[in-house]
Amino acid sequence: MADKGGLKSRREFLAEGARTAGLIAASMAAGSLVTRRAEATVWQIDPLKCIQCGRCATACVLTPSAVKCLHAHVSCGYCRLCFGLFRDQRSGNETTAENNRCPTDAIRRAFVEDPYFEMTIDEDLCIGCARCVKGCNAFGNGSLFLQIRQDLCARCNQCAIALACPVGAVERVPVSQPYRMKTEVRR
Amino acid sequence: MRRYSEAIWILVGMFPVVPAWAQEQQRQPPPEFRSGYALPPLNAPMPRAEVFTVVDLLVLLAVLSLTAWFLLGARSRAGVRVLAVFSLLYFGFYRLGCVCSIGAVQNVALALVEPGYVLPWSVGLFFLLPLVFALFFGRVFCAAACPLGALQDLVLIRSRRLPAFLEQGLSLIPYLYLGAGLLMAATGTSFLFCQYDPFVGFFRFGGPATVMAFGAALLLLSTVVGRPFCRFLCPYGVLLRACSGVARWRVRIAPSACVQCHLCADACPFGAIRPVTPNADLEPRPVGRRRLAVLILLLPLLVIGFSALGHLASPALARQNRVIALAERVWLEEQGQLWQTTEASEGFWNSGRPPAELYREALAVRRRFGIGATLLGGWFGLVVGGRLILLAMRRRRTEYEADPGACLSCARCYAACPVRGEVSISLPHRVTGETGVTWSR
Ligand code: SF4
Ligand code: SF4
Ligand code: SF4
Ligand code: SF4
Repeated sequence: MADKGGLKSRREFLAEGARTAGLIAASMAAGSLVTRRAEATVWQIDPLKCIQCGRCATACVLTPSAVKCLHAHVSCGYCRLCFGLFRDQRSGNETTAENNRCPTDAIRRAFVEDPYFEMTIDEDLCIGCARCVKGCNAFGNGSLFLQIRQDLCARCNQCAIALACPVGAVERVPVSQPYRMKTEVRR
Repeated sequence: MRRYSEAIWILVGMFPVVPAWAQEQQRQPPPEFRSGYALPPLNAPMPRAEVFTVVDLLVLLAVLSLTAWFLLGARSRAGVRVLAVFSLLYFGFYRLGCVCSIGAVQNVALALVEPGYVLPWSVGLFFLLPLVFALFFGRVFCAAACPLGALQDLVLIRSRRLPAFLEQGLSLIPYLYLGAGLLMAATGTSFLFCQYDPFVGFFRFGGPATVMAFGAALLLLSTVVGRPFCRFLCPYGVLLRACSGVARWRVRIAPSACVQCHLCADACPFGAIRPVTPNADLEPRPVGRRRLAVLILLLPLLVIGFSALGHLASPALARQNRVIALAERVWLEEQGQLWQTTEASEGFWNSGRPPAELYREALAVRRRFGIGATLLGGWFGLVVGGRLILLAMRRRRTEYEADPGACLSCARCYAACPVRGEVSISLPHRVTGETGVTWSR
């Protein structure tokens, strides 16, 4: 492709100009990115906004959902009849499996000392449906709460749960603080 | 559901300044253990370490550089293919498709408009790198670094050529999609490109059923129509096309003089090759000139007309936004026009936020929509008008050329071209003064 005269070189000249402008703009943008070093973000549920609607279990692009129930034992009342674990509290000692709120039987109940029982979540079974969270929030101390487990989450650029959540409880948080607690909870 | 929250609501009503959850914390007294019981730790594992983001970026850089070399130096389709498979496995199945350069467009838009969101540096570089490469080497990102492109390319069996009017019409969609996506991202509504990404569900083995079905249909179509997503949907492709238009080194089909056999144009599955122009002009010049002048005059009218349409459509578009939908609902409930609450409005009432604050927020979002939708309309007018002008302009071509914007740098045409011999990549005349670097085959 040898010289083809004025037209060709004029077009080349314009292209060269556009390239240079593009390169300058890109380097300036890259420069400001590197100097500001803004952290990446991840998605997380604000437990104070969450209304336990149950969509977390179904809206996540992963199956099972990346959302799990966490238990902040520090604010738990260690109730004998856990409001998160059992459905109905009015008819007496209904500590049978049929009375469980949890559809997957993911809540382990262990005797600690009279009158306290410890509840732990079996996260392999938990599907993030929020039924236990709802019970605990309504009648108990609210120590059960949903969080996106950051080791499971695919880190979608647009979290599908954030779109499905009716109250906008799923928000971007900085990757260095990837969980949102209700109160100060030691890790 | 309603019953519980009402009970809490009454409780909270008695202590209006204390947030609802603080009350809840007090319901059961904290236990006093005597047996030396230790609280179990909270299981909250950290996300993948951020150094891996650097790895991702380095992989992207390496793939782009190697592709450029395979394409323009070695002229090897096989090399490009291997890299494409690698990207599909790495960025697609291993990294689960996020964050990608296509989606990053939206993060950039959001960061430009929303002061509360700062663009993460890694996302910014994902956005920039492919564009910078396109400025110099064409769409090498599409050739081998994009997992969506690679997936469609690998399933392509036999491409059918689309009628020109269809090709032209469909290729306008990405411009509209880009505009709509930018509007939705900048208003904080949603990231459309991610929400409706047809193929990312395959990488994760799951996703919303409708999007998965769309993806499956598109993949099926990809077997007979070359890369339909890239050509007729991809919003990032619009930016790559623009950058690639001025690329310095790009796909050059015939290694030496083109013999005008048309074989390459048949080989290109994406209709990206422009044939030589016939020697005798089909119509007299003044006719063409007059048409061009009319179209150039039409352009501002199109822009204004579409802007007005966009402005009119803005309230409807704005209803897609969660804040606006909620504010409208809460307003109607507050006015007593609606008695039943929805989950969203109930959540709002329970939060104790004053409605006035919500209305203010909603008005700010709606203002953004007002401006954004008008710009979106104008942009579409510009695109349509610009395309008409481009169609009316005739460029003389003496050899078969890959259209720098439309060429996806797949290197298929290299093998189709019967001309063998020296491969010369010419540097622009102005830079060297002579024909430039020469590689032997
Ligand atoms: S009730 Fe739902 S959220 Fe709670 S532990 Fe069971 S599966 Fe998890
Ligand atoms: S970001 Fe994706 S994987 Fe993570 S919780 Fe949201 S939808 Fe699930
Ligand atoms: S056109 Fe879009 S989807 Fe196709 S390869 Fe390029 S960036 Fe990827
Ligand atoms: S490299 Fe050749 S065959 Fe491939 S898209 Fe470009 S022009 Fe078409």
